[in-house]
Amino acid sequence: MRRFALIAVPYVWLLLLFLIPFVIVLKISLSDTALAIPPYTPTFDWSDIGAFFRELDFENFVWLTQDDLYWKAYLSSLQIALLSTAFTLLIGYPIAYGMARAPEEWRPTLMMLVILPFWTSFLIRVYAWMGILSNEGFLNQFLLWTGLISEPLTILNTNIAVYIGIVYTYLPFMILPIYAALDRMDGSLIEAAEDLGCSRLLAFWLVTIPLSRNGMIAGCFLVFIPALGEFVIPSLLGGSGTLMIGKVLWEEFFSNRDWPVASAVAVVLLLILVIPIVLFQRNQQKQAEAEQ
Amino acid sequence: MMRLSWFNVVSLTFGFAFLYIPMIILVIFSFNESKLVTVWAGFSTQWYGELFRNEAFLNAAWVTLKVAVFSSTLATVLGTMAAYVLVRGGRFMGRTLFSGMIYAPLVMPEVITGLSLLLLFIGIGLDRGVLTVVLAHTTFSMCYVSVVVSSRLVTFDRSLEEAALDLGCSPMDAFRLVTLPIIAPAVISGWLLAFTLSLDDLVIASFTTGPSATTLPIKIFSAVRLGVSPEINALSTIMIGIVTVGVITASLISKQNLVRQRKEEQLAVRAQ
Repeated sequence: MRRFALIAVPYVWLLLLFLIPFVIVLKISLSDTALAIPPYTPTFDWSDIGAFFRELDFENFVWLTQDDLYWKAYLSSLQIALLSTAFTLLIGYPIAYGMARAPEEWRPTLMMLVILPFWTSFLIRVYAWMGILSNEGFLNQFLLWTGLISEPLTILNTNIAVYIGIVYTYLPFMILPIYAALDRMDGSLIEAAEDLGCSRLLAFWLVTIPLSRNGMIAGCFLVFIPALGEFVIPSLLGGSGTLMIGKVLWEEFFSNRDWPVASAVAVVLLLILVIPIVLFQRNQQKQAEAEQ
Repeated sequence: MMRLSWFNVVSLTFGFAFLYIPMIILVIFSFNESKLVTVWAGFSTQWYGELFRNEAFLNAAWVTLKVAVFSSTLATVLGTMAAYVLVRGGRFMGRTLFSGMIYAPLVMPEVITGLSLLLLFIGIGLDRGVLTVVLAHTTFSMCYVSVVVSSRLVTFDRSLEEAALDLGCSPMDAFRLVTLPIIAPAVISGWLLAFTLSLDDLVIASFTTGPSATTLPIKIFSAVRLGVSPEINALSTIMIGIVTVGVITASLISKQNLVRQRKEEQLAVRAQ
């Protein structure tokens, strides 16, 4: 009886507040736009399931393929998420590598320095870049002062600012798994490779990189998955030309108040995300099995 | 022992500069006298004064704190239960679905979670306000708590629980007297994680709140959309300060615990 309650309480909670809401999103994405204009309240009449199914249609999904905005937003979200994941890897790897090679007594402090920004408000970290990247911002002032440029660069409200924002906010997610992989690595392997005639660079390429592969893969997924549906960064740092699907969904819902289309956008985004999520889960499982 | 090459030193220096300079600039300019956030005009704490006189911000801070305390506490209870069920529950009907529902919110885009919860609340006719935000935050943060707690439950020696049961403890007592004290650090860090997630959340709160309950991130977001303001810098500085003190204290405490544990182990070895 007690075991039943223990299982049932969190189970029912998640069913009610996680699974059922998705079913509702699915249902609304299949219903007519006119029906769902606020203050329309969808009522669930379970006694007439037949009518419920007759009401459904795929109009909103057809609409997503007809209007350029949506598929462009999906593609540009994919592009932004992929590129910024690559940049984060390129910037994060040397940092993680440096941490793993740092003296033992420094490592806890370095770890804490990587984790600290993660606990700091996401919104504030994005906001901090607004003052740096604006036309009168610190970056432009600095570049003007050094004489590298003679006119301020427009960075804020462009895609470049979005890339900077994503790399900055998700960098800890990349550093930590790579550091964990490098930290576990046996240092004598490098020595063995060097003894056998590898140059340091070759030893790094042939030994260190393959052994940290799982860390890199985990880090890439941890950056890519949330970056794809990102809303705060494109809306604060990006401009009117920045198309990201999270922003489109938000505007569809709050500005256009078109709930069925917003729901359809959400369903498609979810379908796109299923692939990387499943791949990520599989990678994690393989790693866990390899460790045992 | 490996040595740091110049490349390591350079990448660490630039890496940490990249992570910290934006926040340092933010903090410095919260003490700027000028309203122009990019021109230094002398030291002043006037923006902090304005912040504390700004009733809208204070109200939002109060709402946020209330939501965070309730949701993180509820999430810790539910998340710990879920972790226990996942690790110790054995087989039961719908276990795969259950573990799927625990892990899915971790990778779900916030816009989707927010939208789906809002549609649910409207569907069942629940008035949006503090309660709905608490429900929403509890739902996603209980999953984080459950991941943190279950990683601790997996590593701990099950025979301790069995010994307690053999010695006549009821399962409830065994949990209270043996399991809970051992997993307590994980439960506490789960609570802290849930608390910060709730404090931070903008997107899900925006979807699930009503006009009566504006949280601090929503307030900050609407202010920030109009541009950089010294008041927001002051507010950010306070929040960064709280987090920094919290994280450093937590790491010092865990370090102390580790040292104590090592000492006890050494004593135990010597006593043998």
